[in-house]
Amino acid sequence: MISILDYGSGNLRSAQRAFELTGHSVTISSSSESFLNADAYVIPGVGAFGACMQQLISIGGDQLVREAVATGKPVFGICVGMQIFFSEGLEKGVHQGLGIFDGQVSEISAPVLPHIGWNSVEDSSPLFAGVEDQSFYFVHSYAAKISPSNSNSTWTTYGERFVSAVEKDNVFITQFHPEKSGDAGLQLIKNWAASI
Amino acid sequence: MTLAKRIIPCLDVDNGRVVKGINFENLMDAGDPVELAARYGREGADELTFLDISASVDDRSTTLDVVSRTAEEVFIPLTVGGGIREVRDVNQLLRAGADKVSINTAAIKRPQLINEIADRFGNQVLVLSIDARRANTVSGFEVTTHGGRQSAGMDALEWMESAVARGVGEILLNSMDADGTRKGFDLELIKAARDVVSVPIIASGGAGKVSDFSDALGAGADALLAASVFHFGTFTIAEVKNELAAARYPVRQ
Repeated sequence: MISILDYGSGNLRSAQRAFELTGHSVTISSSSESFLNADAYVIPGVGAFGACMQQLISIGGDQLVREAVATGKPVFGICVGMQIFFSEGLEKGVHQGLGIFDGQVSEISAPVLPHIGWNSVEDSSPLFAGVEDQSFYFVHSYAAKISPSNSNSTWTTYGERFVSAVEKDNVFITQFHPEKSGDAGLQLIKNWAASI
Repeated sequence: MTLAKRIIPCLDVDNGRVVKGINFENLMDAGDPVELAARYGREGADELTFLDISASVDDRSTTLDVVSRTAEEVFIPLTVGGGIREVRDVNQLLRAGADKVSINTAAIKRPQLINEIADRFGNQVLVLSIDARRANTVSGFEVTTHGGRQSAGMDALEWMESAVARGVGEILLNSMDADGTRKGFDLELIKAARDVVSVPIIASGGAGKVSDFSDALGAGADALLAASVFHFGTFTIAEVKNELAAARYPVRQ
């Protein structure tokens, strides 16, 4: 069973259905017992970094994510659900993240923002097997620019190069939305679910 | 590759069915929105837009059901517009499975709505739809309502700038002068908008042949939305993308 952490609003329906296509059952959960009682975890996230962290903390979700990572079971963070793994976010002020990875999430330097649409990946990590040359759906203005130490980072260029995914131990986080990235995204989710 | 230019089919949804017509007249039933959305997804649409033209509240709840069923089947981004008056409406749509919402008249009546939506859900969920036409205003373009029949008494470019400052993440720019003509997108309007805003611009109105799409990108659009040319099968999304690729624009194929 896969648990998706529900700590606010946003579209969780597509994520639920996309992860269900792996053959696993998927629950959407906001309480610690039902969330942690799963074989793998999905951390979504939309909106601004600070607001997202605030909502996460309000349900005790910061602790839940740390506990999920500590179980050693697969954890998948998506979009702002990726960003909050870093130590600091610079969107609308300076906000503390979970600090699971060292580094800042800062604004991308590009003439048109947000970065919205389908973009490709470079130097992709092993989980991208079979979809290395595909594009994925992004919608964000902020990103990590430095790869966390001892991790496999995947990169994307929009104005500048930024980290579009990180694979480290049981943690896989993507700046793009795999559940909105058509067949390529579904394949990536299947690759990840193979380790459950 | 770099960021791909997006092609977005727009479906008008009324009481749970797709309708098609010209200038909202002679509306014909064009099928099930979920089926059509899935078909456009297979044909290479980069996103989908539903415009809810339902008149009644009951019909609107039907739209939520359509959004849910689409989100469960079609794994590309879905924007829903029409009938959004307050933050609660946005929350319902996002919960149902929409990724973005587009607002138009409600923001003209109460611009603070933009701040409220952006503060709660982030700029990236919010598309401002502007129906612009040529008029004797500062920029030469004004904002209209009621499908271009009424002037909103505002300069289109000034409105765009102030809406972006309030928190809009994208502009859906509909040219009421070009709409329905099939003579190409409104390149002057796109260029004028590109000069004043740094958020993505989705151009709409006037598409008649495949080369119109590359002209609009040349004028500064980031994405292109069309309805009738795709619904009536004038050409396919793949044909548009082939043309754009030949003109050396990045597209997802």
